[in-house]
Amino acid sequence: MSEKKRVGVQNYRFIELEPTPTTAWGKFKRVLKRSVKLELFVGLKVTFREMFKALFMGEMHTVKYPLEKLPISPRYRAIHEMKRLLESGHYRCIGCGLCEKICISDCIRMDTRYDENQRKEVVEYTINFGRCIFCGYCAEVCPELAITHGGRYETASEQRASFSLFEDMLTPIDKLKEQKEYPGFGAISPNADENIKKTPLAY
Amino acid sequence: MSKEITITIDGIECKAKEGEYILNIARANGIFIPAICYLTRCSPTLACRLCLVEADGKRVYACNAKAKDGMNIVTQTEEILEERRAIMEVYDVNHPLQCGVCDQHGECELQNYTLEMEVDEQHYAIADTKRETKNWSSVLHYDAGLCIVCERCVTVCKDMIGDSALKTGPRGGDKLDKSYKETMPKDAYAMWNKLQKSIIVPSNGTEYTNCSDCGECTAVCPVGALTERDFIYKANPWELREVPSACAHCSSACHLYYETRFTSIDDPSEKIFRIKNEFHYQSLCGAGRFGYDYENRNVKKDPNALKRAVEAIKKAKTIRFNSMITNEEALMLQTLKEKFGIKLVNKEVKPFQNFLKVYGKAKGQMLYSNSFKDMSSSDFIVSVGAKLRNDNPAARYLFNNIQKINKGAGFYFHPVGDTLVPTFGKSVSVFNHKVGDEEYVMLLLLDLFADKEKLPSEIKEKLASFKEKRVKKVKEKVMKEVVEKVVDKESGEEKEVKKKVPSFEEKEVEYEANLLVEKLGGDVENFNEEFEKALKKKEDFALIVGEDFYFHPKAANLAKLVALFEETTDFKVAFIPPKSNALGVALICDLDENEEGFVVGYNEPGDFKISALGDGDFDIPAMNQQEGTTTNMNKRVVPLNAALDYEGYELNDIMNELGLGKNLTIDWTEALPVEKGYQVAKFDDLPNYFANDMSEHRGYVLANMPVDKEEVIIEEFSESKLEGQIAYRCNPQRQFNDFTDKAHQIFEPFALYVSPEKAKELGEFVKVEFENGEGLELPVEVDERLSGDIVEVPDFKAEMDVYSLFGKNRYAQVKITKV
Ligand code: SF4
Ligand code: SF4
Ligand code: SF4
Ligand code: SF4
Ligand code: SF4
Ligand code: FES
Repeated sequence: MSEKKRVGVQNYRFIELEPTPTTAWGKFKRVLKRSVKLELFVGLKVTFREMFKALFMGEMHTVKYPLEKLPISPRYRAIHEMKRLLESGHYRCIGCGLCEKICISDCIRMDTRYDENQRKEVVEYTINFGRCIFCGYCAEVCPELAITHGGRYETASEQRASFSLFEDMLTPIDKLKEQKEYPGFGAISPNADENIKKTPLAY
Repeated sequence: MSKEITITIDGIECKAKEGEYILNIARANGIFIPAICYLTRCSPTLACRLCLVEADGKRVYACNAKAKDGMNIVTQTEEILEERRAIMEVYDVNHPLQCGVCDQHGECELQNYTLEMEVDEQHYAIADTKRETKNWSSVLHYDAGLCIVCERCVTVCKDMIGDSALKTGPRGGDKLDKSYKETMPKDAYAMWNKLQKSIIVPSNGTEYTNCSDCGECTAVCPVGALTERDFIYKANPWELREVPSACAHCSSACHLYYETRFTSIDDPSEKIFRIKNEFHYQSLCGAGRFGYDYENRNVKKDPNALKRAVEAIKKAKTIRFNSMITNEEALMLQTLKEKFGIKLVNKEVKPFQNFLKVYGKAKGQMLYSNSFKDMSSSDFIVSVGAKLRNDNPAARYLFNNIQKINKGAGFYFHPVGDTLVPTFGKSVSVFNHKVGDEEYVMLLLLDLFADKEKLPSEIKEKLASFKEKRVKKVKEKVMKEVVEKVVDKESGEEKEVKKKVPSFEEKEVEYEANLLVEKLGGDVENFNEEFEKALKKKEDFALIVGEDFYFHPKAANLAKLVALFEETTDFKVAFIPPKSNALGVALICDLDENEEGFVVGYNEPGDFKISALGDGDFDIPAMNQQEGTTTNMNKRVVPLNAALDYEGYELNDIMNELGLGKNLTIDWTEALPVEKGYQVAKFDDLPNYFANDMSEHRGYVLANMPVDKEEVIIEEFSESKLEGQIAYRCNPQRQFNDFTDKAHQIFEPFALYVSPEKAKELGEFVKVEFENGEGLELPVEVDERLSGDIVEVPDFKAEMDVYSLFGKNRYAQVKITKV
């Protein structure tokens, strides 16, 4: 590489600045000059304008937390949600234990049993949020799209257990209509159909 | 024996024995050949065909092709890989997509091989058939939808366990599309063709297996089709922590893994969820597989109880214990005896110890010569004095396996009728002799197998007195010439044709009758021919001696007869120690006959009870909660590991209080008596695994120490004095002790076990009165596989003190009255 190329082709320009005063008298004169010219208020003009707008014209820029909350991206990784099947309302989790297995903080546990319909029932499911690092692996691995992260980021409470049980995370049955899917962590990739090889059927 | 040969597998030279299967040679040498249906120690079924390899350019199945010297084997060719991939694709056809909930997922051979063969696409299809889920017994759950019909369950049940409770049945599936025959790899097609026709069903034609409930079929099932009912959907395999140990229930001390995990979300304490075993090398019984949760729960250190226990030991005149004890604990008890002169009473072991002593003096060695493991190559096996089905599962599996795999023959001598044993093989002869005739059993064996030259003269004379010339009628086949009229179809002419037809004529022949055979309940007329047939091509003989011989009025004489038999034949001989660690106790402890004074019970009743059952005055850990060793029937000292936590005191703590203790209980392991054949080995150095070449690396084998030999003088034989109703001390199949009884999956009650025909006579509840006037009130349970009049009284509950009722005999004369 040539010398020239490394220098580049930008046009640098030197700004003409007053020389920095070196004597005490010179310094004093500069301070005096800057204060009397009220340069400070030139800068504060913007501030005063915005203050006026916020206070009197209803153009506030900050959020009045906790009275107000910012909308949060659907891909935010906060407290988990356990989803339900849209058609039947049954919880989606099949108790396969993959999330439990993959969890790096080893904070998921579940109790399962053989139920009366010969199915695997998830009797209880819990995440220890004292240990969870919100890495999202559990959501990624879940074959049923049953566990996802939700937007619930307020995790202060008297008892951690108050939001870490199955029923706390499960979509309330009356809110089933509001349950949302989104393309993100753990969701089916948009081109899933292209990637799948069809199994022949004999019917 | 077999010749040493060398074969080459994928360029690697392997030493082997002539006639070994290629698959086993490959495994022993660490070479991988995919295989699903083959089970080591069982016969190959060729159900999966995955083990296809090329031997000298020819396609063979590694699991049933025998190696020949100089063979060159290639395990992968393009064609073979194509076959294997097609086979795995076929297995995946209509296989439910339910790995997520399946109990096998994570350790499923179908999952593993599907990945191994890189199946990412399906080329085959057929309409699915509805296949129902069934509960075959109290422990077995079969999901036909998941079954790949590898027949491993069928094979193990037939070749190892001996119940033959399973078979393949019709699936009712569609026929394969004709076009597949041309387009598919041919082994995959053949495999599919068979698969599409079958599922597994109980072989007795009912919905239930009515079997021994050993659960071995669930262990061998490569997929989630056959599972233990109790374990279904409870935990995923990868969550479970594997603790290698040994089963504590019978003297086989089979290798097993406890699989533990936290109990539930609410209860973080460790719990055993199931038992797994190395089914290629050792099979478990129902007690081992399901009798695991007998731990002493929620025990904390109680210093007051410790003080009381120390006081009790100081006061004790007798310690009464049984065989559910480690070698280390037994050594501690022996130390107490040596230091304080406390008597040690063990009713299960004492007669066995006496028997070993007499046998030892006659034979010049402390222990029986062989192990049951040595016998696995035998082709003629004789069982005396053992209720094979109940006494020891490993001995029973061996007897059965020899019939099935070594094309062997067997003699089974026992007074109690059993309908299962004769089904082990065509060449099994059963002798239901009279109670007390055991000496004559040995005499017959001497007659049949001993080198007569070596026998003492009085035995020879005795033998001669049992020979008699008799005449029997035989039917003989003769060909007779007859003339028949035949009408020729074309010409309509009648012709006379001469023909030879067989006919049977009765003839009388003289033969030498062996009256011993008659005395012992055999078929004396045909015995000579049958025996000759059974002996054909047999070269490896084995004798199993069971508990009836130790608990016998003439036990000493029997011990001498066994020693004499061993001296004069080339039989391998091994004894079944009566209960769990009976051999260890017999070697380590110097036992006394009778108890006296203040009795400390160790898992037994007593004035002060030290117990691992949670019902005593002082708690000790159960066998699944402590480290230690046990001495098994193969004369091996094998390690036990702690599967569960235990926070209380142990016997060693009492010993420490008395100034006799060691730092840890396992520090006693290296102190086990060297003069009895034990080694100075640290517990932590004891290995506990099987290697791929089937060799056993568990603990160490006891040395068979020499004993001063004494001259053998066989006493006069005696006849049994028992008359009328006879009771036999014998446990139901899955019960051995209080600990199996505590386990939640073992339900066999403490009851009178009788044959179906006897049950009709007895009703539901009876009182059994013994000669000393004492009695038991027991419900009547039918054991479908018992036959005859003798009833069985179990001894698994220590508090019932059944040993005192029977004394030093396994049989007793009783009076049974309906209640
Ligand atoms: S987010 Fe990560 S750490 Fe938290 S539960 Fe899921 S896998 Fe475990
Ligand atoms: S991975 Fe999904 S389906 Fe499986 S246990 Fe976890 S949440 Fe349930
Ligand atoms: S048997 Fe194996 S492949 Fe079949 S569902 Fe179970 S884990 Fe999956
Ligand atoms: S139940 Fe299991 S072991 Fe038996 S044939 Fe089916 S897959 Fe094989
Ligand atoms: S439980 Fe045992 S005896 Fe019963 S079918 Fe299975 S292997 Fe056979
Ligand atoms: S293992 Fe050889 S055919 Fe299945």
